[in-house]
Amino acid sequence: MSLQIPHREKSNGNTGATKAVILVGGSSRGTRFRPLSLDVPKPLFDVAGHPIIWHCLTAIDKVPSIQEVYLIGYYEESVFRDFIKDSSIEFPNLSIKYLREYQALGTAGGLYHFRDAILKGRPERLFVLNSDVCCSFPLNEMLKLSQEKDAEAVILGTRVSEDAASNFGCIVSDSHTRRVLHYVEKPESHISNLINCGVYLFSTDAIFPSIRSAIKRRTDRPSRLVSYPSSDNLESSFMIDDDDDENRQNEVIRLEQDILSDMADSKQFFVYETKDFWRQIKTAGSAIPANALYLQKAWQSGSKELAAPAANIIPPVYIHPTATVHPTAKLGPNVSIGPRVTVGAGARVKESIVLEDSEIKHDACVLYSIIGWNSRVGAWARVEGTPTPVTSHTTSIIKNGVKVQAITILGKECGVGDEIRVQNCICLPFKELKRDVANEVIM
Amino acid sequence: MHPIAKDAPANRLSCLQLLFLSAALAPAFALWYVVLDQRPASRSAPLRPVVANNRSPQTLTMPKPLVEFGNKRMILHQIEALAAAGVTDIVLAVNYRPEVMEKYLREYEEQFGINITISIESEPLGTAGPLKLAEETLSKDDTPFFVLNSDVTCEYPFKELAAFHKSHGDEGTIVVTKVEEPSKYGVIVHKPNHASRIDRFVEKPVEFVGNRINAGIYILNTSVLKRIELRPTSIEQETFPAMVKDGQLHSFDLDGFWMDVGQPKDFLTGTCLYLSSLTKKGNKTLSSPSLPYVHGGNVLIDPSAKIGKNCRIGPNVTIGPDVVVGDGVRLQRCVLLSGSKVKDHAWVKSTIVGWNSTVGKWARLENVTVLGDDVTIGDEIYVNGGSILPHKTIKANVDVPAIIM
Repeated sequence: MSLQIPHREKSNGNTGATKAVILVGGSSRGTRFRPLSLDVPKPLFDVAGHPIIWHCLTAIDKVPSIQEVYLIGYYEESVFRDFIKDSSIEFPNLSIKYLREYQALGTAGGLYHFRDAILKGRPERLFVLNSDVCCSFPLNEMLKLSQEKDAEAVILGTRVSEDAASNFGCIVSDSHTRRVLHYVEKPESHISNLINCGVYLFSTDAIFPSIRSAIKRRTDRPSRLVSYPSSDNLESSFMIDDDDDENRQNEVIRLEQDILSDMADSKQFFVYETKDFWRQIKTAGSAIPANALYLQKAWQSGSKELAAPAANIIPPVYIHPTATVHPTAKLGPNVSIGPRVTVGAGARVKESIVLEDSEIKHDACVLYSIIGWNSRVGAWARVEGTPTPVTSHTTSIIKNGVKVQAITILGKECGVGDEIRVQNCICLPFKELKRDVANEVIM
Repeated sequence: MHPIAKDAPANRLSCLQLLFLSAALAPAFALWYVVLDQRPASRSAPLRPVVANNRSPQTLTMPKPLVEFGNKRMILHQIEALAAAGVTDIVLAVNYRPEVMEKYLREYEEQFGINITISIESEPLGTAGPLKLAEETLSKDDTPFFVLNSDVTCEYPFKELAAFHKSHGDEGTIVVTKVEEPSKYGVIVHKPNHASRIDRFVEKPVEFVGNRINAGIYILNTSVLKRIELRPTSIEQETFPAMVKDGQLHSFDLDGFWMDVGQPKDFLTGTCLYLSSLTKKGNKTLSSPSLPYVHGGNVLIDPSAKIGKNCRIGPNVTIGPDVVVGDGVRLQRCVLLSGSKVKDHAWVKSTIVGWNSTVGKWARLENVTVLGDDVTIGDEIYVNGGSILPHKTIKANVDVPAIIM
């Protein structure tokens, strides 16, 4: 950034309290994360050795003015109990609470529903993070921009390729002032390649009135016609519910569709453009690029958690302290080995996540894959996905004219026989693979 | 050209070894020839893909008779069996003359005390023409001669064949083998109430008429040469039917295995059959099944090869001289030719690894993959049915069968 930062930030001195909300969704969502979400709620799925929302919390913890964090979603309370307990120890400066919607209210609807809890203590600003994004969460930078501009809203944006842009919320901004001029969720034509990252910082004085007026508009115009989402961009859609009709009946209010474009028209709405990595964690396969990016981030920041580089460790690699890895096995780059996993002699694991209690037998080869909980990969077996380009925002590839998942995923308690090859497959839980398979979903 | 010995003993047999290298090649043969055979480009232009590197084609490949089959050059299997049957003169009918071959032939002449003559066709003469071309050599005495297709492997029963041929007294005997699916071949039908005299040939029979097919090995009297004209002509299509008409052709049933190993897939199958036959005979050159790494038997390893720790090798594996196999390697139904290297934890099945080629760590090769001379397969690469031309380096998966030029 060549822009000069005005000498204002210090003068602002004592900033008001800031709170953060992580939108975690519910069990009826995250269907595209199957088969992994069949066994663990997506926000708690381990990526780079930690649950997806742990990475959000780590970023939130770095903002000194935040003491309170809410997880808002419609999973049962018990789902996050252990995570919150563990996190309260790990992040002693944060108070973490789960606020459960009893029906899906939409991303803005949920915020509004819990406005009293959120506004308790009169916070000045509110971060809202979607749990299904993977990025470096430059929250302090967003906060700084917000203070500089005296913003009512700051959105995190990133540049993507022109082809990819229309799958996301697109932002038109003034390149000099960084003010958001226009916001469209998934435009049909090309508008901008600066897209919504799903991370926001709102002034509490602005966001709740905006939601209230959106609800009012909805009541005035109950049968509003919307053309999105179209069925063909659903796969890569961002923050659009699968059950759209039902949501409308339930008076769902969403930030992206119902709030942001109005804010662009009327509010002090700015965009902070990150040059750092950003990915959605939508399909189960997208956990692989997310795992790689978070591991690289940890590696660059000198994290002590990662395995030390060695002849058979190509960093970054995360190995849980309870895992057993044979010294002749070769791991990395971008590998996460979960608790109580066993990796046998001469095994090879690269660009993969191996979940707890799994076993990789001797001389097996696991590439671009996710090995589900308690699964077994036989000796000399080969479980393999296909690398996707670093810049790609999709996890499917075209093979022989057919769209297949690039990443191979074994669900919970799957078994791959000795010497068996599995390529570009999604394998539902409890399957035994005794023959070679490629480009299949194994039910 | 080597002079043929003048004072041959009366019972000596001469032999013409017929190398099918001319026009009758099916396109399916083409790659095998390019990868493992060596011929001047001008000879077989339609069959030879353009080689996309700057080496001369002559250095790319090996003449097929010199390819090691069960760690012994194809031609040596045949010469050994012929010499054991008392053959002292061998004519190699070829339509090209690779220099590299001479060296080995001279060696074999000395080793077995035989004479080897090379007869070169200036134009392709089919399967019978080359016999006419070698008439002078073959008819220097009245003893019958063997004809042998160079691609055929079996237990070569030359002694028994000669005895049988002598016993019926007619002009020719062809070795036949029984097959499961005769509809894919030309089938031999005997005269009614005769065990060996051939009545007719039926090409690709729709109805079952028999399951004996021509095994590509014959013994013929010198009088047969009078039936052949010096022009491109087929022994199967022209000479034999004429002999059958005169009641002069018999069949001889082959015991044991038989395979035409002209194509890579059949080369691998033929290797399995050959190794099984060695096992059956209790051959001592096979690796003992009690060795920790030998799995399922039929494993032939040259003593100069090095095998790493924790390997599982077999069944049906041939490992040539100076091959290096790393740790934790899994090999089955494959042939590693001399000087090749298979690195740690690789998995190789139904594959021919060419001379001096390297297979990377955790690579997986299968489904009739053929590596030419000096090919490198990168670490962690998967090759499914790839035919890799010499001197290539493969750095990306070959997911579906393909020729990599």
